[in-house]
Amino acid sequence: MSTATRRTRRVRPGSVVTGLLAWVVALVMFFPVLWMFVTGFKQESQAATDPPTWLFTPTLEQFRAILGRDFVPYLLNSLMASVGSTALVIVLATPAAYALSLAPVGRWKDSLFFFISTRMMPPVAIILPLYLMANNLGLLDNITMLSLIYTVMNLPIAVWMIRSFLLELPKEVLEAARVDGAAFGAEIRRIILPMIAPGLAATGLICFIFAWNEFFFAVSLTSTNAPTVPVFLTGFVTSEGLFLARLSAAATMAALPVILAGWVAQKWLVRGLSLGAVK
Amino acid sequence: MSTSLAAAPAATSRRRAPEPPKRTAAERWKRRGPLLPALLITILLTQLPLLGTLYYSLRSQNLLRPETNGFAGLSNYATVLGDEYFRAAVVNTLVLTASTVVLSMALGIAFAVLLDKKFLGRGVVRTLLITPFLVMPAAAALLWKHAMFNPLFGMLNWLLSVFGVDKIDWVSQFPMPSIVLMLTWQWTPFMMLIVLAGLQSQSTEILEAARVDGAGAWATFRRITLPHLRRFIELAILLGSIFVVQTFDPIFLITQGGPGQATTNLPFLIYQTTFRAFEVGEAAAAGVIVVVGTIVIATFALRVISSLFQEET
Repeated sequence: MSTATRRTRRVRPGSVVTGLLAWVVALVMFFPVLWMFVTGFKQESQAATDPPTWLFTPTLEQFRAILGRDFVPYLLNSLMASVGSTALVIVLATPAAYALSLAPVGRWKDSLFFFISTRMMPPVAIILPLYLMANNLGLLDNITMLSLIYTVMNLPIAVWMIRSFLLELPKEVLEAARVDGAAFGAEIRRIILPMIAPGLAATGLICFIFAWNEFFFAVSLTSTNAPTVPVFLTGFVTSEGLFLARLSAAATMAALPVILAGWVAQKWLVRGLSLGAVK
Repeated sequence: MSTSLAAAPAATSRRRAPEPPKRTAAERWKRRGPLLPALLITILLTQLPLLGTLYYSLRSQNLLRPETNGFAGLSNYATVLGDEYFRAAVVNTLVLTASTVVLSMALGIAFAVLLDKKFLGRGVVRTLLITPFLVMPAAAALLWKHAMFNPLFGMLNWLLSVFGVDKIDWVSQFPMPSIVLMLTWQWTPFMMLIVLAGLQSQSTEILEAARVDGAGAWATFRRITLPHLRRFIELAILLGSIFVVQTFDPIFLITQGGPGQATTNLPFLIYQTTFRAFEVGEAAAAGVIVVVGTIVIATFALRVISSLFQEET
């Protein structure tokens, strides 16, 4: 028997089995998300049944009810906190990453590892002083304060990610720009920024994901003025009455922006999750 | 400046141009300029509060009873360490973190190995598999609580009823396994993505050579792939542990730490002590203890990141 025939015989059924297995696993993992999505389109009487209801006429009633129930202010707060903090993160992290890669400051490595270590600090360890600080400055229950915290929360990821994109720039381009006598600022604006724009977009998406999903700071530091979408969901903690369809509709709306952002950014997700350590 | 750089272990990298021996102070500050805003805001909102926590941990302070405020020395630490609730929370945190990290890592490796193969619709499968990590944790927690774990119409019991298992009240009867199950679902994609990145960074030449030499699939995986993956797995486990220790959302939303203290972990205990009992001093002392524990794990994590970092630069 030649190796070629042995290989086809061995590989082919294997890859079909692998494919099937992978699909089964993926559907099992995805099922809770799918179920959330589906249940949001049910009537309450169809949502909590035993056995589960698989076939039904979809309705937008729950989504309408949620939007009618003051959901919009929470949505706007979430948008302000996540988009605002993400913009600020990019503005702060890009120059910082530059100073830690292409034009390194002294002891750049210490700064780099300082950033990453702050991302590892448990939020509960600093919540009380932050609370008191916000209280004394009149920034409690304030979306600006929350945005600043999210900015600091995402800075390490952004610095590491952007730095990794900067280091991937072809050296020749940078040197050519310098030889041509491009001024410092012009070099950054005209040469570097356009080249790392996709990287910045990816970094922005990753930061948006973490800010949008954040719950602990939001629930500790906001109440009536600045609560975000995850705080809205705490209204569904108790299990009284029929509300599963409505919860699913709310959860779908809450989760959808980040699911989409994550799907778009999935190529760079691992770089963000590993704080830039793995590409 | 250059001497301190040289003193750092293997700090020199090929990518960096050799530093000019002497720069004026003005030049150095000009270089530091772009870094400073990010550095300052980070220090202001992380290091300053951490000092605040250290300060409060040494004080007897209750926000509701200001008359008792004063210096307390290490008595808060003694109270916290002697508190059976605190010790139960430490145990719960360890059990929760270890189970979640081990289970999600085992599944993550298995899924990554599957995804490393070629098959129809691999991109879609990958997209579906990362989704649990993207779902807002608060939404996921409530979804699991009401749609999956509910004893009467939860999907979990419906699934088990196919195998003739009676209705189980998951959150009351098996609080910790329920939380671990939900967290494993959430963290498996994280582990999977890092392991997959490791798998895909393997040199195909070496794998090809092994195949030509007649090594079986399992032998190749054990002898070549696993050693290569080691640092990726270490990194995923360490980062995963650091983040899973901080678990708050599902505890707050699914069990409120109960029944009794069964699922009260350290973040939730500290939250309760701070915002429900207003025992600022004790909460701060517990917070400092958590930071110390985290530093221990983080030291290892940073070492692994540092080694990946050396290799890449």
